[in-house]
Amino acid sequence: MNSTITSTQIIQASLRKRYAKERRFRFFGLLSILISFAFLIVLLFTIISKGLPAFQQTYIKLDVTIDETILGVTKDSEHNALYSASYNKVIKQTLTTMFPDASGRKQKRALKNLVSSSAAYDLRDAVVADPSLLGTTQSFWFLAKDDVDVFMKGKIDRSLPETERRIKDYQLSWIDALLAEDRLEKRFNTVLFTAGDSREPEQAGMKGAIMGSLYTMIITLLISFPIAVASAAYLEEFAPQNNRWVDIIEININNLAAVPSIVFGLLGLAVYINFFGVPRSTPLLGGLVLALMTLPTIIIASRAAIKAVPPSIKEAAVGLGASPVQTLFHHTLPLAMPGILTGTIIGMAQALGETAPLLMIGMVAFVAEVPQGFLDPATVMPVQVYLWSDSPERAFTERTSAAIMILLAFLVVMNLLAIMLRKKFERRW
Amino acid sequence: MKHISLLVATGLTATTLASTSFAAGRDHIEIVGSSTVYPFATVVAETFGKKTQFKTPKIESTGSGGGLKLFCAGNGIDTPDITNSSRRIKASEVKKCASNGVTNITEVQVGFDGIAIANAKSGPAFVLSRKDLFLALAKQIPSGEADELIANPHQTWQDVNPSLPNIKIEVLGPPPTSGTRDAFAELALEGGCKSFDWIAQLKADSKVAKASGDKTLASTLKSQYKGVCHTVREDGAYIEAGENDNLIVQKLEKNPNALGVFGFSFLDQNSDKVKGAQIDGVEISFENIASGDYPVSRPLFFYVKNNHIGKVPGIAEFIAEFTSEEAWGDEGYLTEKGLIPLNEEKRAAMADSARTLKPLSLD
Repeated sequence: MNSTITSTQIIQASLRKRYAKERRFRFFGLLSILISFAFLIVLLFTIISKGLPAFQQTYIKLDVTIDETILGVTKDSEHNALYSASYNKVIKQTLTTMFPDASGRKQKRALKNLVSSSAAYDLRDAVVADPSLLGTTQSFWFLAKDDVDVFMKGKIDRSLPETERRIKDYQLSWIDALLAEDRLEKRFNTVLFTAGDSREPEQAGMKGAIMGSLYTMIITLLISFPIAVASAAYLEEFAPQNNRWVDIIEININNLAAVPSIVFGLLGLAVYINFFGVPRSTPLLGGLVLALMTLPTIIIASRAAIKAVPPSIKEAAVGLGASPVQTLFHHTLPLAMPGILTGTIIGMAQALGETAPLLMIGMVAFVAEVPQGFLDPATVMPVQVYLWSDSPERAFTERTSAAIMILLAFLVVMNLLAIMLRKKFERRW
Repeated sequence: MKHISLLVATGLTATTLASTSFAAGRDHIEIVGSSTVYPFATVVAETFGKKTQFKTPKIESTGSGGGLKLFCAGNGIDTPDITNSSRRIKASEVKKCASNGVTNITEVQVGFDGIAIANAKSGPAFVLSRKDLFLALAKQIPSGEADELIANPHQTWQDVNPSLPNIKIEVLGPPPTSGTRDAFAELALEGGCKSFDWIAQLKADSKVAKASGDKTLASTLKSQYKGVCHTVREDGAYIEAGENDNLIVQKLEKNPNALGVFGFSFLDQNSDKVKGAQIDGVEISFENIASGDYPVSRPLFFYVKNNHIGKVPGIAEFIAEFTSEEAWGDEGYLTEKGLIPLNEEKRAAMADSARTLKPLSLD
């Protein structure tokens, strides 16, 4: 009898310990989730709080008298003469009439720098499109120069002594005068989505990088998806079992998934550029290199998905007289497709965020024009983030964060797509 | 699932397309080279693209050495047309170029770049000499006794020079892969290092040995000299802060006792956050760099492959844009981006030799 009492006591004593252990484990689990969540919040908060202002841009309204004598052209001038007339001078003239108090080279230059250098090109395009504007006075909203924009967003403290400010007192007086006349306005920054890269922050946009990423991803998908699915299907369904070669191939595919991405860049440089002569800095080349990188990811995911298809379905198909290839295409692959697609999208998302291999093949470059096809020079979104973060102009800091937000938005959409596809096509047996 | 086989087919076609050779000819200029010239070259490229009907050139920032390597790889249309450099082309590189058939090169000096040694506005003002910098940052320094080197014992700036503030030596600068670091070592550290007679003698001896034909002695002496003058200490006083100069500025703001090493344009853009130190009694300013008084500054160049003119549209026009007063003049748009222009006379001469594509000569 004694012994049973003691054993209950022992159990009860140990029970408390076990409960405590249980609680501790749950607590630590919860704690680690909270920690990673806190990191995520801090990351998102810093990026969003820095990047949000970039979605607005200051514009300046100027009443420009398009003076034919300054431009040296008339309504009947040839297209080329209209195109190459110096619209700069007209803008300068407009500003000097508005603020005649600017004296000395430094102030005159500062005055000219209230508006972005794109103003002259905007004016040119307007006049070339409609030469009857010559000789008239028109109101235009021009992009404000980055310094004015940074000031308008409250990032320059006007209480600082003048020597420590990028905007001097005379510039402040002009800005105040413009504000009083409602000639300064913050609008949604459409340039960020419609323009290619630029060294002037106010003219810089992500469209070039977005299109570059798009073209690159199309090539990556076209190359890696069919090859990866075919290899996975062969390895799972047709490759001889217990064959040393198959084992070696399998191990190598798994190793390949862990190879640092820059190695693929070097490989791309050696094989695609030096051997095949694919032109540098093009989406075609970038896509080929990134395809190498995504292949193992998709192969591994596809193999797992194919393996998960119940053998009973395949056996039933074979039993009804289907050939192995028919079984594969009619039954196994369709059923494995959600898993394959998820793996593909995750692999693509990885490729979308990659810069290291592109460094080797010339895609980390200043490309101002939006690429029009697979053979135009291009950059991709993460490269744009890197290039902007490295620029000295203050206004690029917020644009860097904005670019990160756009990139993250693409990644979130891709991952959502993966989840939706899985939910929609998933089957349980 | 018929579309899978379709996809396989498209994939294969794409690969075959990729492997067939690409039509020769290119409608945009390709530029590679120095990351210091990159911010200026890109602005010129952009203006050129907007102003003219040519395509905007594509510019890669590969570093001066990397750029010249690509540039010298041959005359093919797949090699770059122009390379930027933050130092002059070396004799060995000219030889390499020539061996690949690239013999017709034009050199254009575009201006200067100053390297700032700066700290936060809230920190103390630094009045440094190049010797101070050498004594504070070199791995080994002369012990004072004869020709002896000892590991750098200095912990605070006051140890280096009694007139400097008594704070720990902490310098944030670029890593060895950066051109700014090379220039800093060469201009600031070597400048201070040379002030020790026996070290300067090493270089002189090396030149004498080279002249007399003793190549091995010449190169040992030279590497000894470089080893002393260019090696930065690794005990934590010099902190490699990465290639991103914006990051260095941010770190300086947080730590008013630290100094940072970066290009003048970053100082110019962040003049409300950081201030430059005086070097050898000269303030870092636009005027002082342009006049050559500020000692830690270097010339910037680009090199043109003349064989490509006529094959790639717009090269001559691009050179004309770069060397126009509107771009590189005293009031040009490049000075707004922090380029320090050449003086007027030199600009005129340089523009002339650039437009007539004068072949490069190294002396």
